[in-house]
Formats: sequence, structure tokens, C-alpha cells
Amino acid sequence: MPASPFAADIVFRVGPVPITRVVITTWGIVAVLAGGAFAATRRMSVDAPGRLQSVLEIVVETIAGQIRDTLRAPPERYVPLLGTLFVFLAVANLSAIIPGVEAPTAHVETPAALAVIVLLSTHYYGIRARGLRAHFGEYVKPNPLLLPLNILAEITRTFSLTVRLFGNVMSHELVLGIVLALAGLLVPVPLMVLGILIGLVQAYIFSILATVFVGAAVEARQPKETS
Amino acid sequence: MTPQALSILGAVIAVSFGAIMPAFAEGRALAAAMDAIARQPEAGGTISRTLFVGLAMIETMAIYCLVIALLLLFANPYAH
Repeated sequence: MPASPFAADIVFRVGPVPITRVVITTWGIVAVLAGGAFAATRRMSVDAPGRLQSVLEIVVETIAGQIRDTLRAPPERYVPLLGTLFVFLAVANLSAIIPGVEAPTAHVETPAALAVIVLLSTHYYGIRARGLRAHFGEYVKPNPLLLPLNILAEITRTFSLTVRLFGNVMSHELVLGIVLALAGLLVPVPLMVLGILIGLVQAYIFSILATVFVGAAVEARQPKETS
Repeated sequence: MTPQALSILGAVIAVSFGAIMPAFAEGRALAAAMDAIARQPEAGGTISRTLFVGLAMIETMAIYCLVIALLLLFANPYAH
């Protein structure tokens, strides 16, 4: 029987808090992304952008364009959160390519934490855009009887966001392990190529759904403003 | 039947139905998308992008069933 995908692989403990291997991988990804972004944006110029700056600008503008298409609103306020979410998820899903590294999203804690971040940020953006009263007033529309259903929808939405990402990445790794055990060394290579696609598509879907949720919180029942 | 045998049976049933239904759904989605592309080839890019996301969404249902099956096999409180 293969190892359980739900088991936590504890490396060491800080006081009562166990630190798993996945958390260390996440720290590594955060360090690489933050350090890389910091180093790459030191010498930016408007007149003569370097090669690296051009590539980064293309990435940021593509993400901003996707958010603008989805929200039909100026994306500047949302790019820091949603763009970071996408970049982190893409790198995290693809980190399994490096031998010996396990994708953090293949364990349920990381997707759950990200889904909670999305949940809280929908409230943050909703309250900021429409005010406390209007935002939470949405829960008792069109009828106060629907309040439990609305709360339930919020919870299941977050939960399905978690399980979607976790299940896709985890099941892929499990299938790779089983095929490797059954067939031999080079057989899983096409499946690994498929895994790159799955990782990117799931990162895209997670970010797009987060964008849609934020958009629903920001502009619920309001006439669309011209963008 | 022992709890182990029951949970294995439950996992098998979950995965089999979770494979059949999304397969039908993905087939229908693909057929509709091909129909749309055949009618309107210039909209092919948008359609296939939406199709991709939609297929991943449908596939998620199969993944849910897989997660349930794995929970039954690995994290079953009654079988261990």
C-alpha cells in the first residue's frame, strides 16, 4: 500500500507547532519568488527596459488583462493579491518537477490556507468597495430566510476551492507513483508532461475563481460601470 | 463484511460512478465546443479556452470522488 496522501511528514517542531516538509517547501518557494522579484525590480527604467523587466511586464500585464476581462473593472487594486496567488500556485504546482521536491498543494493544508485567504479577501474587498452594511446586507437579500443558505454557499465554495486544487495535484502524484510502481522507469514521462499542464490549468482556475468571487463581492447587484 | 472490505467496496463504487458521469459530461461539452468551432471558426480561441476551464471543472467532480475514495482507504476512522 502506498503512503497515505493525508499523512503529515513532520520534520521538526517549533515548540508545540509541528513543521512539515511541505511548509519548508512553501518557505523555499516564497523565498525564491520574493527574492527574485526584489532582485529583478532593483534597476527598472522607463526609457530602456532590460530583457528581464520586459518579461516581467508581460507577465504582469497579462494577469492584469485577465482580471480586467473577468471583472470588467480597473484591475490595479486586485493585481497584488490575485496575481501573487496565480504566480505562487503556478510555481508551487510546478515545483514537483524538481526531483525530491513535493508540491505543497498536494497536501490539503496549503490549498485550505489559500482558500481561506480568498474567503477573507472577498470580504475585505466587498466591505472596502461597498461599505459594511451593504456588503453584509447581501446575505439577507432577497429574503432573510435565505441567510443560512447564503452562509452555507460561502462555506461550500471555500471547501470546493480547497478540494479541487488539492485533489487534482495530489491525485496526479498518486497516479504517477502507481504507474511507476507498475510499469517501470520511463513510462510515467508522458504523464509528467500532462502534470505540467494540469498544474498550470489548476493554478489558472483557482485564480480565476478567486477573481470571480472577489468580483461578485465588489459589484453585486450594481449596474456595471464602464471600464 | 468487515469494515475494511466495506470501505474498499465504497471506494470502488465512488471511483467508478465518479468516472462514468464526468466522462459523459466531458463528452457532451467537447461535442458542443466542436460544433461551435465548426460553425464559427474565428471564435475558436475563446471557445477552446473556455472549454479547457470547463473541462477542468467537470473533472473536479471525478477528483471529488477520488478524494472520497482515498479518504475511505487511508483516513477511515472505522477501519483502523
